[in-house]
Amino acid sequence: MNKEKKEINLPSRLKSIDKAVVEATDFASRAGFSEEALYAINMAMRESVANAVKHGNQLDETKQVEITLKNSSEGLEITIRDFGEGFAVEEIPDPTNPENLMKADGRGILFMKTFMDEVKWSNHARGGMIVKMLKRR
Amino acid sequence: MAELNISERQAGDVTILDMDGKVTIGEGSIALRTTIRRLLSEGKKKILLNLGSVGYIDSSGIGELVSSFTAVNKEGGTLKLLNLTQKIQDLLAITKLLTVFDVFDSESDALSSFE
Repeated sequence: MNKEKKEINLPSRLKSIDKAVVEATDFASRAGFSEEALYAINMAMRESVANAVKHGNQLDETKQVEITLKNSSEGLEITIRDFGEGFAVEEIPDPTNPENLMKADGRGILFMKTFMDEVKWSNHARGGMIVKMLKRR
Repeated sequence: MAELNISERQAGDVTILDMDGKVTIGEGSIALRTTIRRLLSEGKKKILLNLGSVGYIDSSGIGELVSSFTAVNKEGGTLKLLNLTQKIQDLLAITKLLTVFDVFDSESDALSSFE
């Protein structure tokens, strides 16, 4: 039986990305999501945790990435919080603009938006960024 | 086992890299970068990446493909892609990179295109 909610705290290192992806896809699998949805969750989770670890917490292992997975009537709700300085998502350049096509990075947010049904960014009152993502069934 | 195994073979002056595994942030992306840099330092500038056994690639891996393409071009060489899985093809479409890379389903067609 799938627990309705799971909280995971991980240190800010690259290996935490794989761990977070496995936790999220296992949770979603137990909640009955399709193979296609599991791939989408895998992709979005990898990008969002990578952003939190690398860009948010700057690979500072003393800073945690806090993840909440929730199986609700709407679908799978994922919340990821980092403890970095935050950023304005609207200021991230569109990686599909011809001038940005050959840049090595900057595609993570595009993947998150592509693979999830909803993605919202906000600043936490006590610092850090929060990303909330929803994958409908 | 490594996240990404890269086997190298030569077909004339084209170096084919058979990639097996994941091209993701960290180990997989670094393995690709290191191999491409080494080939360029050895003067091997015609490179065909066989992605048929790459089951997974993230934005960092896509970025590494772009960096590799740019690095090879800068040295006057050519990097092309072979055997894209549907998932990788979709990612390249989403990122509008399908028009940037020369992509082939057949190794012999890919090799001929280097001539």
